[in-house]
Amino acid sequence: MDLKEIATDVVKRAMAGGASAAETVVREGTEFSTVVRLGEVETLKESGAKAIGVRVFFGCRAASTYSSDFSRAGLQRMVDSALALARVTSEDPHAGLPAPDEQGMVDGDLDLYHPDVYSLSTADRIDYARRAEKAALEADARIRNSEGGSFDAATGHKVFAASTGFVGEYRRSYCSVSAVPIAQEERGGMQRDYWYSVARRLSLLESPEQVGKVAAERTLRRLGARKVKTTRVPVVFDPQVARGLLGEICEAVNGDLIYRGASFLAGRMGQTVAGENITVVDDGTMPGGFGSSPFDGEGVPTRRTVVIERGVLQSYLLNTYTARKLGLQTTGNASRGLAGNPGIGAGNFFLQPGHCTREQIVRQVADGLYVTDFLGFGVNLVTGDFSRGAVGLWIQNGELTFPVEEITVAGNLKEMLFNITEIGSDLEFRGAIASPTIRIDGLTVAGE
Amino acid sequence: MLDSTPQSLLDRYGLTARDLESYLGAALSAGGDYADLYFEYLTTTSISVDESLVKSATEGISAGCGVRVVAGERTGYAYTDDLAPEKIRHAAHTAALIASGPAKSPAVDLKSNLGRNLYPVPLPSVEAEVGAKLDLAMRADAAARAYDARVREVRVGYADELKQVLVVGSDGSFAEDSQPLVRLSVFVIARSEANASRGTSGGGGRVGLEYFGGEKTPEYFAREAARQAVIQLDAREAPAGEMEVVLGPGWPGILLHEAIGHGLEADFNRKKTSAFAGLLGQAVASEKCTVVDNGILPSRRGSINVSDEGSPTKNTVLIEKGILKGYLSDKLSARLMGLPDTGNGRRESYEHIPMPRMTNTYMLAGEDAPEDILRSVRRGVYAVNFGGGQVDITNGKFVFSASEAYLIEDGRIGAPLKNVTLIGNGPDVLTRVSMVGNDLKLDEGVGTCGKDGQSVPVGVGIPTLKVDRLTVGGTGER
Repeated sequence: MDLKEIATDVVKRAMAGGASAAETVVREGTEFSTVVRLGEVETLKESGAKAIGVRVFFGCRAASTYSSDFSRAGLQRMVDSALALARVTSEDPHAGLPAPDEQGMVDGDLDLYHPDVYSLSTADRIDYARRAEKAALEADARIRNSEGGSFDAATGHKVFAASTGFVGEYRRSYCSVSAVPIAQEERGGMQRDYWYSVARRLSLLESPEQVGKVAAERTLRRLGARKVKTTRVPVVFDPQVARGLLGEICEAVNGDLIYRGASFLAGRMGQTVAGENITVVDDGTMPGGFGSSPFDGEGVPTRRTVVIERGVLQSYLLNTYTARKLGLQTTGNASRGLAGNPGIGAGNFFLQPGHCTREQIVRQVADGLYVTDFLGFGVNLVTGDFSRGAVGLWIQNGELTFPVEEITVAGNLKEMLFNITEIGSDLEFRGAIASPTIRIDGLTVAGE
Repeated sequence: MLDSTPQSLLDRYGLTARDLESYLGAALSAGGDYADLYFEYLTTTSISVDESLVKSATEGISAGCGVRVVAGERTGYAYTDDLAPEKIRHAAHTAALIASGPAKSPAVDLKSNLGRNLYPVPLPSVEAEVGAKLDLAMRADAAARAYDARVREVRVGYADELKQVLVVGSDGSFAEDSQPLVRLSVFVIARSEANASRGTSGGGGRVGLEYFGGEKTPEYFAREAARQAVIQLDAREAPAGEMEVVLGPGWPGILLHEAIGHGLEADFNRKKTSAFAGLLGQAVASEKCTVVDNGILPSRRGSINVSDEGSPTKNTVLIEKGILKGYLSDKLSARLMGLPDTGNGRRESYEHIPMPRMTNTYMLAGEDAPEDILRSVRRGVYAVNFGGGQVDITNGKFVFSASEAYLIEDGRIGAPLKNVTLIGNGPDVLTRVSMVGNDLKLDEGVGTCGKDGQSVPVGVGIPTLKVDRLTVGGTGER
């Protein structure tokens, strides 16, 4: 049986066992990874695995089980266990599958699967990793050590079937190359940074040399970093860290947090929650996107959702359950693992770019901080409080000057969304969440 | 029920010494210094109670075998979730691609070198009636709601697992272990007219359900989460800048984990990528500090009978009276660095390559009374509960976020603070420890450590500590 047949067969078995509704996820994947350190192969890993999960309903009671045993007996045991387990869970009036007419798929090819990620020979894959590291090591004499260069490739195949009659499947591919050089300071301290390129097809991957060169630049600019005095200044977020901030906004509009009141954006629909310059979009249908898929974790087509439009909160990200809790419609953002109830995940989630270059944004700052990396998890979405460890470069008179470290950047997301005073034009996707360079005013930088 | 009966994996998979020899032979068919096989059979349960409803109940099984081949500093790895002999052999040949040399044929002796069980349980919790687990979760839900009218949202998670493993190495090591793990966690949101706040608590270990019938009841964890949330309703902005910081006992030991522990993992030191590289024998802490990583504490979440590469786990002294004494090593780093194997080679699952990881990392008790420590501070921060932390092992900078903290004024505990992030430098933070309490406490058993994308359960602990100078990342006045 192919995976689609297995999935529909498991749904049938669950229904035959008395379930009022059921759905099955099958995931199959392969992975390859290699790390080359100081020119020598350090690790080489290659494998594949598959697993299956089922969720069953008795009316409004749900339970789920998963397994990696695809034998007939193993699958039956998995179904029987789920049916038994569903008898102990609670009646939850909002639980259930989406309506059959809500299910479906995005038309056309989303350009997510390219078997060429595996087209290189093992020797050439190792060479990709080696070239990335070599470019970093050769960039500057102060780079004498490294955590290595790496090349990764993976493919995934996902099948979803539900008792509503929906059956869908899609494949995705992925490859990446990265380098993590270490630079030595004169007085003995070390600094490390990284760079990477990621793509759904090998031909779109940046050259290993380019990745290694950027990794070296990012590492070298940290050398000689120091603390600064505690102060309140404009802070410019590099796209890599601005992206982390977008990730927090994405979580803050997650329907699961909204209906619990666990987000500072709960109950704010239709209200102005950000400056007029802020438009945030989630789009699960972007061709080739890292967050794209033809349907979500409940078989609902993905879509483009404007989350914040010119500062006004227009939509949360919802699955069927959270939509029902809030009296709204699903936005096709159900995510799911093998088992358990669906969660919520972004498609491609981004801040609409502005018109300035990064240089123009920095040039307008007389005294401030340019953040290149955050450390730690100091974000409280219930209150919006934000306080994270940071490293970066100090801005003086519009120029990036000395590197800084061992400082924190703190504020509150509620206010930060109104204090984004500049937005760059440099939006670029290196993952499902992306942001251009931004400048935020009124943040506290804590140091000495 | 899914089949979660504890059973030797030799029996479950019908494996003989001859089979294991043949797989190891395939792994070393192109030479190499070492090979091992890691068989895993993992059964899990998870339950979530939310809005006082059992919204989710899940059971699952995952099983497979990982094959590793080591040649010099190189590691080849492959795994399979299909345990048919030809699939394991295929994985072995894939892992063997890392080596090139004459074949070796290791001998296997099915005699376990393990003479202890740190976590005997009358009944592994995965085997217990699901009704008993639901009951624990519902009791926690009720207790959290009963704590205070301002408690509005309560979510309780119950999770257990039984991980049965078999490790066999070409160095003659052989071990089987059956590793139970259970955790109950409570998340609370409290609300007043002006504010909202959150509180979290939880606990467990390598124990059975009877653990929650003792001192650490579901109600205990529920009240703790509710207490934190309610206190935070009145929290004010944390100060910003350097000041004296007192860490409460127990979970704030995450400071050691981030600031010291990761930097002492042998792989980073072998590669000289850690800020601690080359500091063995040197002072890295005040004389009052002795820090250990102890994998053999009975029933603790971070403990294991045997490492994930078949070595006995140990109690390893990392820092003794301020002097750096040792690293945490696995087989590979022990061999390459000429160090003893401290039994810290761990992996998340059969899909992962083992590497040096912490177990239970804590500081031994000192002589100061906790009250005296607080009394000695004119103006500072008292941090008693933490969320997550992170470290850059190369420059040594670490960050961690307090979920419960107070201002200290003239030696007395003052107003609760919100948004407290602490940032410091691993190699010198412990040199600024001027007082160490006599009240060592370990955490309640909920810690999970991530490294290179792999998660493993760990424990931490400290007595009350005073750090003379640490940067507090708030937004308010110092």
